[in-house]
Amino acid sequence: MKNLLILGAGTAGTMMANKLFKALDADAWAITVVDKDEDHYYQPGFLFVPFQIYDAERLVRPKRDFIPDGVTFVVAEVEEIEPEANTVRLTDGRALGYDLLIVATGTTPRPEETPGLDGELWYRDAFDFYTFEGACALRDRLATWEGGRLVIFLAESIFKCPIAPLEFAFLADSFFEERGMRDRVEISYVTPLSGAFTKPKATEFLSGLMAEKGITVVPDFYVERVDEERKVLVSYDEREVPFDLLVAVPVNMGADLVEASDMGDADDLNYVPTDKHTLQARDYENVFVIGDATNLPTSKAGSVAHFEAEILTENVLHYIHGEPLDAAFDGHANCFIETGHGKATLIDFNYDTEPLPGKFPLPLLGPMSLLKETRANHMGKLAFEWVYWHLLLTGKPLPVSSHMSMLGKDAGTPEPEAEPA
Amino acid sequence: MQQTIGITTVDVNDEGYLTDPGQWTPELAHQIAQAQGFELTDKHFEVLHYLRDRYAEGTPLTIRRIGKSGLVTIKEFYDLFPGGPLKVSSKIAGIPKPASCV
Ligand SMILES: Cc1cc2nc3c(=O)[nH]c(=O)nc-3n(C[C@H](O)[C@H](O)[C@H](O)COP(=O)(O)OP(=O)(O)OC[C@H]3O[C@@H](n4cnc5c(N)ncnc54)[C@H](O)[C@@H]3O)c2cc1C
Repeated sequence: MKNLLILGAGTAGTMMANKLFKALDADAWAITVVDKDEDHYYQPGFLFVPFQIYDAERLVRPKRDFIPDGVTFVVAEVEEIEPEANTVRLTDGRALGYDLLIVATGTTPRPEETPGLDGELWYRDAFDFYTFEGACALRDRLATWEGGRLVIFLAESIFKCPIAPLEFAFLADSFFEERGMRDRVEISYVTPLSGAFTKPKATEFLSGLMAEKGITVVPDFYVERVDEERKVLVSYDEREVPFDLLVAVPVNMGADLVEASDMGDADDLNYVPTDKHTLQARDYENVFVIGDATNLPTSKAGSVAHFEAEILTENVLHYIHGEPLDAAFDGHANCFIETGHGKATLIDFNYDTEPLPGKFPLPLLGPMSLLKETRANHMGKLAFEWVYWHLLLTGKPLPVSSHMSMLGKDAGTPEPEAEPA
Repeated sequence: MQQTIGITTVDVNDEGYLTDPGQWTPELAHQIAQAQGFELTDKHFEVLHYLRDRYAEGTPLTIRRIGKSGLVTIKEFYDLFPGGPLKVSSKIAGIPKPASCV
């Protein structure tokens, strides 16, 4: 009997447990999943909590409910991987051996990485919304906030769901308007990037929306520290942005166990160097990495974890059968972007192709529209919660290909050859 | 698209980044920097070579990584290449504009 060990039972780890449990011979392979937490959070829902669109409680379900019977679920914190010994050590002193390891331990916000952020002001006038606690604390603060300067800022250029802070800005605009206090709130969006997003076409579209909604973008601003006393953000080149209420996307880092195992890469963000097509760890043959834990140049998003899961399932089977790892991930990502007032837009892209206008998932029919604000997109985003719990986590097929398709997309003239995926 | 910088003609994209890092020379770097309004020192070149090496390895570039390189602190990096230092230095180093956050 061989052991397949999955570290992390979040979006990616849970999907892999379900897919591999179906695909592997139960007499030959025992599957074990380890997570430090009993609760599974629907993270995309965190965005809605501060604006009281969602109750926080609905976003939490027991992790066990999504792990198939027949897979062993261990609730424990992983301390380190010893890849040379094919062993994982838990903080409670136990050790688990493996023949094949999948690292799916995600990424988390680290406010302590920015001086002044994690001090006096934290959860008083400075918040994150990337954690359950942060989203709830911000909801309570916004409920009684009387207006002033709202500053949304990104501490680092690599963080999960790169669209979420923009959505937060749009929803804030809509929230204050509905409360009749938009004229008492100045919203700024402070980013180390040179624009609202990274891909040029989407940035152009999103910058237009920011301008329309009166949100000021402060680009190329890399925060050195938060001056707690004066309530200003200070950049490395000594520019300042004052705030009354700060919404931070703190430095995001992969799990500490990555550093403890000496498996991270040079920028100390604890992301595991991973082959961008096969999802095999660069340095270890029998280790694979998926989701936010990788260092891949695509979005850290649930949609990406989903597309990767299809590819990884194939490659794990290839690896087990001694075959070449010929399933190749193309960097496919797609994200709904809430734009406020009951509308949303949608982007779909991969390593090589930036987001383009068009229809999704069915060419011409949609019902969703790419790079356009529509109600159907908003309904799609809300419906995704159901899809997540009922189809995605349990590894059921969705009507979206893991490879990006050019069908229905408008790449400008000349029209590209449309290839069915 | 082609652009003539000084006496050399190179291939660039519409933002002026070299599309073939192989066409880069230190002389070209001086000329791109001058066009941006500053003179390059040995320290600048240490950083430029670091960027080119990392790019050749396929390692994503971030300001944080440069701060961890042991060559310069993030503050010094800003002093050397004012504005958006990673954007500016990548252009002078003849490598594509980093798209580290996606
Ligand atoms: C506010 C917000 C909005 C978002 N919106 C969207 C969206 O609209 N669309 C989209 O596609 N994505 C969205 N995402 C991103 C999406 O939630 C993540 O990309 C996705 O959850 C990544 O899956 P993962 O399995 O890699 O990591 P996670 O789901 O975060 O799972 C990691 C797991 O590892 C466990 N773990 C970590 N360290 C250890 C350890 N040492 N020992 C044991 N267990 C450990 C954790 O407990 C966790 O369960 C959003 C995220 C946030 C925060």
